Amino acid sequence: MARVAAVGPVRPKRPPPWNDPRVRAIVFQILFVAAVVALGAFLVGNTLANLERQNIATGFGFLDREAAFAIGESLIAYSPADSYGRAFVVGLCNTLYVAVLGVVLATLLGTVMGLARLSSNWLVAKLALVYVETFRNIPLALQLFFWWGLLREGAPGPREAWQILPDVFLSNRGIVFPLPHEDPSYRWVAVALAIGVAGAIALRRWSRRRQARTGRQFPILWVGLGLMLGLPCAVFLAAGMPLSLDRPELQGFNFTGGAGISPEFGALLIGLVIYTGSFIAEIVRAGILAVGWGQSEAAMALGLRPGQRMRFVVLPQALRVIVPPLTSQYLNLTKNSSLAVVIGYPDLVSIANTTLNQTGQAVEGIAMIMAVYLAISLTISLAMNLYNRAVALVER
Amino acid sequence: MNRGWMRAIVTLGLTAGLAYGGVAQAGPALDKIKQAGTLVCGVNTGLAGFGQPDTQGRYTGLDIDVCKALAAALFGDPGKVKFVPLTAQQRFTALQSGEVDILSRNTTWTLQRDTELGLNFGPVVFYDGQGFMVPKKAGVKSAKELNGATVCVQPGTTTELNLADYFRANKMTFKPLVIEKLDEVQNAYFSGRCDAFTTDRSGLAATRVARAPTPDDHVILPEVISKEPLAPAVRQGDDQWNDIVRWVVYALFEAEEKGITAKNLDEMLKSDDPNIKRMLGVTPGTGKALGLDEKWAYNAIKAVGNYGEMFERHVGKNSPLKLDRGLNDMWTKGGLLYAMPIR
Repeated sequence: MARVAAVGPVRPKRPPPWNDPRVRAIVFQILFVAAVVALGAFLVGNTLANLERQNIATGFGFLDREAAFAIGESLIAYSPADSYGRAFVVGLCNTLYVAVLGVVLATLLGTVMGLARLSSNWLVAKLALVYVETFRNIPLALQLFFWWGLLREGAPGPREAWQILPDVFLSNRGIVFPLPHEDPSYRWVAVALAIGVAGAIALRRWSRRRQARTGRQFPILWVGLGLMLGLPCAVFLAAGMPLSLDRPELQGFNFTGGAGISPEFGALLIGLVIYTGSFIAEIVRAGILAVGWGQSEAAMALGLRPGQRMRFVVLPQALRVIVPPLTSQYLNLTKNSSLAVVIGYPDLVSIANTTLNQTGQAVEGIAMIMAVYLAISLTISLAMNLYNRAVALVER
Repeated sequence: MNRGWMRAIVTLGLTAGLAYGGVAQAGPALDKIKQAGTLVCGVNTGLAGFGQPDTQGRYTGLDIDVCKALAAALFGDPGKVKFVPLTAQQRFTALQSGEVDILSRNTTWTLQRDTELGLNFGPVVFYDGQGFMVPKKAGVKSAKELNGATVCVQPGTTTELNLADYFRANKMTFKPLVIEKLDEVQNAYFSGRCDAFTTDRSGLAATRVARAPTPDDHVILPEVISKEPLAPAVRQGDDQWNDIVRWVVYALFEAEEKGITAKNLDEMLKSDDPNIKRMLGVTPGTGKALGLDEKWAYNAIKAVGNYGEMFERHVGKNSPLKLDRGLNDMWTKGGLLYAMPIR
C-alpha cells in the first residue's frame, strides 16, 4: 500500500532567502531608508562644512540676540530691544491673523458667489461670472498692488482725514476707531457669552432630538441668537454699562489712541479674500452641480422649499465634493499671505527676511520659515480632513 | 523587477550624482572669475549716482565704475563685466552663495558683516551718513521733531537698525513702514503714506532729484545720525582677489592724488616720477605681485578716470545730485581718501 503524506494542510516549501519576495522587500526597504538617511546627513554635513569654511555664522543662537529693528504692526507688545525670537513670534501672529480672517471671509464670499452663479436671476448670475473670471485670471501680486494703491492714494493725509463716524477717521494711514477701555466687568460679559454659546449648542441638540422623536419644530435660530446676545447684554446692563472709550486723536503726525487697520493689512486681506473667493466660488458651484438633479426633484416632490432643499438635501451631499479642493484653497491663501512682503505688511516672511539679512544666517532663517508654513499647512489639512470624515456619507 | 529594488537603485544613483555635483568646489574666487572671463558684479536695482540702469538697460554710477575698473584691471576690457541687480535683502546671500563675485552696492562696512557674514570689505569709496527727508509742508526743521511719525525704510539695512536706535536714544516713538523694493519705498513716501524717508544722505539726494515729482517740495533734515562708510565687498577665503580689489581702488585714489586723469594718462606714461612709473607699469613689478597684467592700473584709469572724475561725473557738480566732496576728498585736501603706497 502506498504511504500517505502527513496530516494537516500542505504548506509550500519556503524558497531560499534571495528568492523569497518577503526577504527581498525587507532588505530593499532597509537599503532605501539607509540611502535617504545618508543623503540627508550628507546634505546637512556639506552645508555646515561650507558655511564653516566661509566663516558664516551657524546655529540658532541668534534667536536670543537683540533684534534692534522696529516692526510696524504687531498684535503683541514688541520693541526693538526684544529678541529675534520675539520678532519671529510677532511675524507669526501677523501671518496667522491674516490667514484666519482670510479663510473665514473668503469662504463666505466664495460660497455666496458660487450660489449666485447658479441663481436663476440672469443679472446676478452674470455678475458673479464676471467676478470669478476677472479675479481668477489676474496674478495676485498685481491685485495686491492695486488694492494697496487704492487704499493709499484714495484717502487724504492724516491731517485732512475724513471723519466718517464720530471718532472714526479714514486717512491714507488706514482707518482708526475708538476702542473701549479695559474694565473688570468685561470678564463677566465674556463669561456670559461663553455660557450663552454653550447653552445655545445644548438647546440645539435637544431641539433636534425632540424633532426626530415627535416632529415638533423649535425656533432654535431666534432662541439661540437671543441666548448668545441677550445674556452678555444683560450682564453688561447689570454692571451699569461701563463704556469709556479710548478715542483716536491726531497728535503730531499720526493718530494716537484707539485701534486701527493699516492700508497694508487692508489691502492684503481684501486682495487675498477676493482672489481666493473666486476660486472657492467655482469649487462650490462644482460641488452643487455634482449632486444629481434627481435629488432636487425628489426634494421638490416632498414639498421642501428652495432654502430647505439646499440646506437638507443638496449641500450635505455637495460638501463631499467641495471639502478636499477647499482645503487646497485654504493652504494657498495661507501661503499667498507671504506676498505681504511686497506691500510692506510685517508678516512672518518679511520679518524672517529682515532677520536673515541682519544676521547673515540665511539657511537657518529659510528653514524656520519653511518649518512654520509646513506646520500651519499640516494643521489646516488635519482639521479639514477631520471635518471631511465627519460629513462623509456613511455607506451601508 | 521588484518595484522596491528599482526605487532603491534610482535613489542611490541620485545620491551619488548629487554627492558628486554637490561637493562645493573649494577653488578661490579669482580662479572662477578668470575661467568665466567675465566679472559678475552685484549692484543696486536703481539708485541714481551709484548704480542705475538707463532706458537701454546699461548701468551707470559710482559703484558701477568700480566694477568696470576691476574688469579693466583683470581682463584689459571694462566691458567684460556682468551686472546683477540686487535688493538690500538679496545682496548678502547672493554674494555668500557665489552668485556674484563682488558686491558693489553702496553697502556699509560694519563689524557684523565683516565677521558673521563671512565677507571682506575693500577700501571705502564713499563716506556717508544716514539722514531723513520730509516734505516741506510738514514744517519740520529737525529730526528731533519726528516723534510719532511713520518712516519709510528698506529692510535688511543698517538704516533700519540706526533708525530704531536713534528714536530709542531720543525717547521718541515711530512706526516703520518696511518695503523691500526701493521703487515702492519711494512711491510710498511720495504718495504721503509715510511722513519721512530715511536712508544714506547720498541716497536721499538721489531720490529727491530723480524720483520726486517736485524736488523743491522736499527737504533733507540736517541731522546725520550714523556713519555709513560705503565699500565694495567680497567673500572671505580668497586673499588674492581681496588684494586686487583693494589695490585697484587705491590706484584710482592715487591717480587723483598724482593728477593723472583719463585724458593725460598716455602723457603720464612718459613721466619721470618713479611712483607714477611703478603704478602705470612702466617699471614692472606690481602687476606680477598681484597676479595681473603690468598695465592693470593703466587699464583701470583708462576705463573710468581717477576717483575725482568718477565722483564729479556721477554724484558731484556735473551730475544731478550735486553733492560736495566733503569727506570724500583726498587727504591732501582735508578729506578721508588715502591710498596706501603702490610700491
